[in-house]
Amino acid sequence: MSTALADLPLTGEARLVQMARAKAARKRREKAIEFVLLLAACVSVFTTLGIVYILLKESFVFFTHVPVWKFLTDKQWTPLFDDAHFGIMVLLAGTLTSSAVALSVAVPLGTVIAIYLSEFAGHKTRETLKPLLELLSGVPTIIYGYFALLFVTPLLQKIFPELPGFNVLSAGLVMGIMIIPYVASLSEDAMRAVPMGLREGSYAMGATRLQTAVRVVVPAAISGIASAYILGISRAVGETMILAVAAGMQPNLTLNPLEPAATITSYIVQVALGDLPHGSVGYQTIFAAGLMLLLLTLAFNMLGYWVRKRYREAY
Amino acid sequence: MDKKTALPASVRAARSAAKADPGFDDSAGPIPTAAMHADQIRSLIRIAKRYDRLFALLGLLAMMVGILTLVALFTEMVIDGAPRLNADFFVSFPSRRAGQAGILSAWVGSILVMLVTALFAVPVGIAGAIYLEEYAKKNWFTDIIEINIANLAGVPSIVYGLLALGLFVYTFGFGQSILSAGLTLALLILPIVIVATREALRSIPRHIREAAYGCGASQWQVVHDHLLPYSTPGILTGVIIGMARAIGETAPIITIGALTFIAFLPPLPGTGEPPAGLFDWLFSPFTVMPIQIFNWTSRPDPAFHQNAAAASLVLVVMTLGMNALAIWLRYRLRKSIKW
Repeated sequence: MSTALADLPLTGEARLVQMARAKAARKRREKAIEFVLLLAACVSVFTTLGIVYILLKESFVFFTHVPVWKFLTDKQWTPLFDDAHFGIMVLLAGTLTSSAVALSVAVPLGTVIAIYLSEFAGHKTRETLKPLLELLSGVPTIIYGYFALLFVTPLLQKIFPELPGFNVLSAGLVMGIMIIPYVASLSEDAMRAVPMGLREGSYAMGATRLQTAVRVVVPAAISGIASAYILGISRAVGETMILAVAAGMQPNLTLNPLEPAATITSYIVQVALGDLPHGSVGYQTIFAAGLMLLLLTLAFNMLGYWVRKRYREAY
Repeated sequence: MDKKTALPASVRAARSAAKADPGFDDSAGPIPTAAMHADQIRSLIRIAKRYDRLFALLGLLAMMVGILTLVALFTEMVIDGAPRLNADFFVSFPSRRAGQAGILSAWVGSILVMLVTALFAVPVGIAGAIYLEEYAKKNWFTDIIEINIANLAGVPSIVYGLLALGLFVYTFGFGQSILSAGLTLALLILPIVIVATREALRSIPRHIREAAYGCGASQWQVVHDHLLPYSTPGILTGVIIGMARAIGETAPIITIGALTFIAFLPPLPGTGEPPAGLFDWLFSPFTVMPIQIFNWTSRPDPAFHQNAAAASLVLVVMTLGMNALAIWLRYRLRKSIKW
């Protein structure tokens, strides 16, 4: 078909053919676009696969040097010394202690705040206080680290004069305050989802606000509240910078929060700051530690999912 | 009910009556019976109400702990950092002498890394969300993607750092560069962008789509000409919140091995020898604000702590400013759009 002819409006059969062609082209283009969009959606799957692949690959090399049972039972963590020991227990103890301190702050405060916001505060109070509280989770964690080291620790040293400059206690306390908004806002969502009828029934029986909140609303929302706690735990376990700055990065097999300690996360930071050659055993330890961390948080996430499913009260 | 009839005698009577009752249950409180005097019942109510008020007070106190921490944090930063916040601080490189050190390489690095993050996370996040919300059929594969995104949001940021170290730095050979850092943070905020975009798309009513299809639009035309423009404010909110999170992230960038002492600027975008030189900046060593703060905080000399405070102040103003912008956008959006 010459160009002069193509410019003329087509009629009859030729027009139909042209329309069919245009339709096919449009269909092809739509399919291509859908494929590109699908690829973008798959990036998240590739990310997960990438994380699992990299951690497993490097850990596998690591575990050919260090037997798994030694990794789990050794009581020392000195991977960079000549006399190298790889006892993950030491780092786990640090992670456990700091998370316990953080949760002993975040769980009670978060729960009380959630009950207060959902059952006691008026609409206006809630709308003012809630964004303020959310600010707590918007502050970068490195700044919390600075705050823990240079403000909270000196303050605590007035109470415990023996407290060393680096300690798990101040890092844990600040971390606890940082995760209050996670615990509080998820718990509050769960409580607000409890139908009004339950509360009205309770009030009709003569219960007060507090009685209604503690004996009706909280038990009804318990699955959501529990999963908020579990999310808090997994935040605390994965938190890095506060501990790296304020808790001292010294491997220390202790559950005493008044001492300095290294956690899984702060160990990774410590190694990354140094100049370890790619492929050395020291380099591979951080992947083994990372694998441990991923498994730990994955276990908590799955527990949270299970609790939500198992104890959900459907209305 | 008249509050002034609070007779101490009747209160005492109510309490002793409650205690004398063999069926008295401490946890549930005495059950008022017809035999009880109205005053006794009133005093019981009063006692119960007192606990209500006590708890409300406790709630406010708990909120105060959080808010006072914020206030203390800001006061500490301002007192320590404000004297260092002058024009020189923004245009000086880090230095061994605390008084001359500045954050020039840090804020330039942060902006360049954010540029890479945005260029990757925004299109990929939006495209992924469009697929999941508008195209995906309900099958096992879509389920996997959904569960996967929910799980990724719970992975600690330092694990992304390890992924980047193994994948971007060594496998792809990007090195400890702006490109590696930007891509790492992009993966980190991808779930945030996807969730926000999906919510924005979901809030567009069905009839908008149906009207467009009714006029003969193809699916992509519906998405491109209608859904995307209408959901822009919502998507923007999510992107800003994600970027605010990314700019404060330290752990993953430290993990890829970013240097802490950088006394030069990376070649700025578009300044290199074309064509290959245009991308030199992507592969340059760099430092970012949080790493500079970390470096200064971990030095024993208190003079550097002042620098850390000043840099923290700048960073916190950046992140909270971005968050505030996002909240304002969401507020505007709620007011302006009526379907």
